Amino acid sequence: MMSDKFVIAVYVDNKFGVLTRVTSMFTRRGFNIDALTVGETECPEYSRITISMSGDGYARAQMINQLRKLHNVKKVELLDKDNSIRRELMIIKVKLNENTRQDVLSSVNIFRGKIIDYAIDSCCIECTGDPTKIDAFIEILKPCGIIEMCRTGQVALERGNGSMISKE
Amino acid sequence: MKMTGAQIVIETLIEQGVDTVFGYPGGQVLNLYDALYENSDRINHVLTAHEQGASHAADGYSRATGKVGVVIATSGPGATNIVTGIATAMMDSVPMVAITGNVPCSLIGRDSFQEIDITGITLPITKHNYFVNNIADLADTVREAFQIAKSGRPGPVLIDIPKDVQTAVYDYEPKPVVPFLPNRQPKNKDVEAAIKAIDEAKRPYIYLGGGAIGSKTYEAAIALAEKIDGVIGCSLMGLGAVPTDHPRFLGMQGMHGHYASSMAQNNADLILAVGVRFSDRATGNKEKFAKRATIVQLDVDFAEINKNINVDVGLWGDITESMNDILNGVKEKKNPEWMRIVNRLREKEQKIEEACKAPENALTPKTVFDVINKVVKPDTPLATDVGQHQMWAAQYFKFRTPRTFVSSGGLGTMGFGLGAAIGSAVATGKHTVLVTGDGSFGMNLNELATAVTYNVPVTIVIMNNGVLGMVRQWQTLFFNEHYSNTTLERKTDFVKLAEAFGAKGYITETLDDFERVMTEAFADDSPTVIDCRIDKDEFVLPMLPPGGSIDDMIVSKKGGENDE
Repeated sequence: MMSDKFVIAVYVDNKFGVLTRVTSMFTRRGFNIDALTVGETECPEYSRITISMSGDGYARAQMINQLRKLHNVKKVELLDKDNSIRRELMIIKVKLNENTRQDVLSSVNIFRGKIIDYAIDSCCIECTGDPTKIDAFIEILKPCGIIEMCRTGQVALERGNGSMISKE
Repeated sequence: MKMTGAQIVIETLIEQGVDTVFGYPGGQVLNLYDALYENSDRINHVLTAHEQGASHAADGYSRATGKVGVVIATSGPGATNIVTGIATAMMDSVPMVAITGNVPCSLIGRDSFQEIDITGITLPITKHNYFVNNIADLADTVREAFQIAKSGRPGPVLIDIPKDVQTAVYDYEPKPVVPFLPNRQPKNKDVEAAIKAIDEAKRPYIYLGGGAIGSKTYEAAIALAEKIDGVIGCSLMGLGAVPTDHPRFLGMQGMHGHYASSMAQNNADLILAVGVRFSDRATGNKEKFAKRATIVQLDVDFAEINKNINVDVGLWGDITESMNDILNGVKEKKNPEWMRIVNRLREKEQKIEEACKAPENALTPKTVFDVINKVVKPDTPLATDVGQHQMWAAQYFKFRTPRTFVSSGGLGTMGFGLGAAIGSAVATGKHTVLVTGDGSFGMNLNELATAVTYNVPVTIVIMNNGVLGMVRQWQTLFFNEHYSNTTLERKTDFVKLAEAFGAKGYITETLDDFERVMTEAFADDSPTVIDCRIDKDEFVLPMLPPGGSIDDMIVSKKGGENDE
């Protein structure tokens, strides 16, 4: 079967230890995830977890079913690529010297990034976008010398006027 | 009414209908035990020799009755000692509430004396667990734990309560027994798809698992088998659902299943799977499992559908309702061709049994169970440990009543039996038989002390072959007879051991002896140990080699191939 990348959004009780319950289940079931983000939502009693994962149809169905079985999980939804918006934030620290400075600055412009810290020999760039755009940006910056970087993992929402938790 | 946290816990247990708890006291549950002391006329506590025994006893209590078993242990080692018992209950979907004490909140996270993160440890082996750090949540947490443990697909729930929460004072308001969370109604279109598949089938096989016992669908299963002219088989956990001698029943299928049952499943064109999870021990090679069959799976747990075997119709929802809908919806029919095939399989099975038959009067696994079947009552609970004796029990014990088989299936916990036998005897008040092996019995025989103290009516039959027989069997078959660490030949004198604990002990080396002693022991409602000597080279057969399929079935020690 084909191994695809997919994104799952999960509403969980905003309580102590719930993230551990979710990640412990991944370990127990042998799921390998690419990225996971968690944060507050429009309802204070829930947190929203966004999971990026790759796998075949079986892995996808198992992930969703096993998540739904957890007592603190309220809602699980597979976010369709065409019907959802996805963004990731990256902060990346790059070396600067007289030869690379102009290249870095122009690529920041092209990728609509933002310089958030600037020194004589390095700078920090903030960039948001679809994960593939972030990947491409990293490729461009590699030759200049990446010192450090950090990515948030993607967050995603369904398009349109609906809210996941109030559906049904 | 104002009460301490400890009193609230015991009061809530009583409120939820608990009559007996199993456990072991310790530093961080002193307050709970004080509340048990105050309420000893309202709730019974069974003190075991080891917390593990208490956890298996709570499990056995639950398996024999369907009620939620309760175990109490102190923090640290008390809590870690019940981990195996919780995992055993989880794998077999047994409803259990485990209550542990912990150090006061102010000492949590400081590696205090006997502090352990038991909620962290038991995360993957509980249906849910709680760390209660606020007395205001205590009573409702206990209630919710019972609701989760018994609803849907049952399972164990752990509640960890720090000492200061047990001593704090709060209002207690009695509440009624928590209701079961409603199961999903099966969808009409799924029921219709199931009915259509069954109506089209000419060789139907109804496959019952533990879920058939939990949902009490055995009568519906028999009625359905009659109506569609089908046969019934089961997994290890489904044993007891249908009486062994029912004409529609072929027995257990799978790795050590009955020949006719496994073969019929392989020849069926429809398998109606009721509350089974298609464990690897039941299916063998999944690629080759029941290739000819349309599979309809009924389960209350949606995550079981398509988990291990891809099914044609998945019917998620209340099993009792699904079965009734199916029973009412299907057309009555006759399948003479299928009955002919099944009868041929039964004849073949008999021939295999004849060929493997031991000489008259020999003490063999089969004859041991012939005696037990003769002596026990139709509703006698049979507990087992894990290994060859467990499979012989599954093959030879004559099941007559649901919930009489108390055995660790999924986890395969050696050392489970004695605690579980005590639990089921206490729960049912019935004389319970424990069939165990010398290996398994050695793991938790300390619970003999418990059996004697409470004068629990239990007859313990140790099928003593001086070896770890199941592992030895694999070593014979797959490891060139390298008997690495499976030859026990210990000097343990089980008769003296039993007597040292205050129980009766016998050794039997002939069939006549065994029959006499077994009859005597069963008539006497005090704990008895029977050291029953059998040969170390007995095999559990038939056997599907691990990862093998029905075509690889080994039916006799001489390697007689199955030519069906």
